[in-house]
Amino acid sequence: MEAILEYSPILIQGTITTIELTLASAVLAVIISFVVGLSRFSRLRIVRVAAVVYLEFFRGTSAIVQMFFMFYVLPLFGVTFPPLLAGILACGLNLGSYGSEVVRSAILSVGRGQHEAALALNYTNYQRFRYVLIPQAIPVMIPTFGNLLIELLKLTAVASLITISDLTFMSQIIRVQTALTLEPFLVILVIYFLIASVLVWFTKLIERKFSQGRHTITSREI
Amino acid sequence: MEWSWQVVYEVLPSMWQGLIVTVQASLVGALLAYVLGLFLALLKMSKTWIIAKTSYWVSECVRRTPLLVQLYFLFYVLPDFGVFLSPFVAGVIGLGIHFSTYTSEVYRAGIENVPKGQWEASRALNYNAYQTMRHVILPQAIPPMIPPLANYLITMFKETPLLSAITVVELFNAANIFSNSHYKYLEPMTLVGLFFLIVSVPAAYAAMRLEQRFKPKNTGAS
Repeated sequence: MEAILEYSPILIQGTITTIELTLASAVLAVIISFVVGLSRFSRLRIVRVAAVVYLEFFRGTSAIVQMFFMFYVLPLFGVTFPPLLAGILACGLNLGSYGSEVVRSAILSVGRGQHEAALALNYTNYQRFRYVLIPQAIPVMIPTFGNLLIELLKLTAVASLITISDLTFMSQIIRVQTALTLEPFLVILVIYFLIASVLVWFTKLIERKFSQGRHTITSREI
Repeated sequence: MEWSWQVVYEVLPSMWQGLIVTVQASLVGALLAYVLGLFLALLKMSKTWIIAKTSYWVSECVRRTPLLVQLYFLFYVLPDFGVFLSPFVAGVIGLGIHFSTYTSEVYRAGIENVPKGQWEASRALNYNAYQTMRHVILPQAIPPMIPPLANYLITMFKETPLLSAITVVELFNAANIFSNSHYKYLEPMTLVGLFFLIVSVPAAYAAMRLEQRFKPKNTGAS
């Protein structure tokens, strides 16, 4: 355990990198989720097809393959990303594909009457989504997005394989330098668990906030 | 950077070997996840508070930490305690344990979604526990479980490249080894992505068909 204390600076640094990676790719993933998920409702066939191709491509090929492709293959075409950016892009693009399905199914789950009411009020497409459908779909999305956030945190561990110095990478450094095995891995498992637990707690908090608002709206309506 | 069919021709045999390992690992891992998940689900539903709580938190610990780190744990830590696993066995056990926490939720939801009246009716008919499960609960609980369980098989298939981190030569690692020794990254990495797409996209559609097939029957029954 003394060795772990000695290495605590790099563990802290790794924890920060992991959190940065998770948050940055979460932001990217949410943006992609909405753009791709809403594109599925486009009137233009080409946009819908592009969204499905994106979804199937990033959901169908493995995340680790995407990361290696981005890190080792794209530079051959002159596209070079620093490791951290490659990690953020790969994690964000991958989770974005799963997230787009969440957005799509949440929008579909909004009652048909709401879609029709928006049409009856002669809302434009933009108004229909912005003021009617999306606000009602968001509470439906939150629990699933929370689960995806945990998946994202776990996915960032894979980024250690493309030389990003996150928690997992640091544990390997400690293992190689000290020949200790149990301690470094046990410590980072605990850290991952704690980060994930904070994310779970945060999701529950937001969930409660949104469901509170929802109850008041429905009761007022009645 | 030019695409070379010569490289494709050279890398395919070793990738074919890798694909076999990938398929084996996903199938054995899935089998393990299905069996362990069932036990975990039964423990979580235990009437003894302490058993239910403990199994819930053990499952959450596994679920909230990355599979990659769990694989490192099995592969590097267990030998210190005298347990020597081959990379493949460690990988399959890791996959099985990690995904058993997901499948256990499928089983639990499946059983809990059987209406309470069905349990009461069984008791009214004086069925014993075995008869209740065998003739009343399971026939209603199993069909809705099948599509999500099939989906986890696909997910596990896409997670198998992680096994490369503990030196299992599966599809991804086979390509990666070739890449590193021949300095050819474009073709092997593209092929790996393609292999995954070829398997997982049709599989995803098959799973969707399963979902549609089992849905109407279930709502009709309840």
